[in-house]
Amino acid sequence: MKILYFAWLRERLNRGEEDVSPPTEVATVADLIDWLASRDEAFAHAVEKRTLIKAAVDAKLVKHDASIIGAKTIALFPPMTGG
Amino acid sequence: MTVRVSTDSFDPGTEVNAFLRAADGAGAAVTFTGVVRSKPDDPITALTLECYPELAVNQLTAIVEHATARFGLLAATVIHRYGTLHPGEPIVQVMTLSPHRDAAFKSAEFLMDYLKTDAPFWKQETGPKGTHWVEAKAEDDLAKARWE
Repeated sequence: MKILYFAWLRERLNRGEEDVSPPTEVATVADLIDWLASRDEAFAHAVEKRTLIKAAVDAKLVKHDASIIGAKTIALFPPMTGG
Repeated sequence: MTVRVSTDSFDPGTEVNAFLRAADGAGAAVTFTGVVRSKPDDPITALTLECYPELAVNQLTAIVEHATARFGLLAATVIHRYGTLHPGEPIVQVMTLSPHRDAAFKSAEFLMDYLKTDAPFWKQETGPKGTHWVEAKAEDDLAKARWE
């Protein structure tokens, strides 16, 4: 699956997207964040405050308990500041 | 119902006139235009908005549908720019149409309060001191919460 990063999360990670293949037990957004954090210290540091990380699964805004099973694109980003 | 997310600049007057031409006898139209701000004591030279366009269109469409049902709107338009803008340029325009002014005013506020926190745009300000990401404000969450 493809992961997209935006705003300061993208800057801190030094990448706007990446392709990953998490193991099958990674079933929710929260699982995915934990799994990504376990393999990358910079990522773990950037997502330390989980409440500052918002997520979308296939371009639909979701909470961290949402399923990612079968998803093609997951986006992770800080709180939105539009308008 | 119209939702437009684009890097293209827009002319607020042209947009209002087009919206009003389609109003067809409705009683009340309200327009809000958000403009890039630069404060004299804390000036900026540019405002760059990052966007996730696909999610932005989905979110803005859902917010407009919600407002239309809740306030009984006859029409509603949201235009939101992204990319690099300069002080004085319009960022966002919300237009609502209803038989009476109360619903038109309230729904315009509702749309702005929701899109501030729920539409995937991220502002970055550039000024004499450098560049920084604008932090989400607690008052924006409170402004949205009053409608719940």
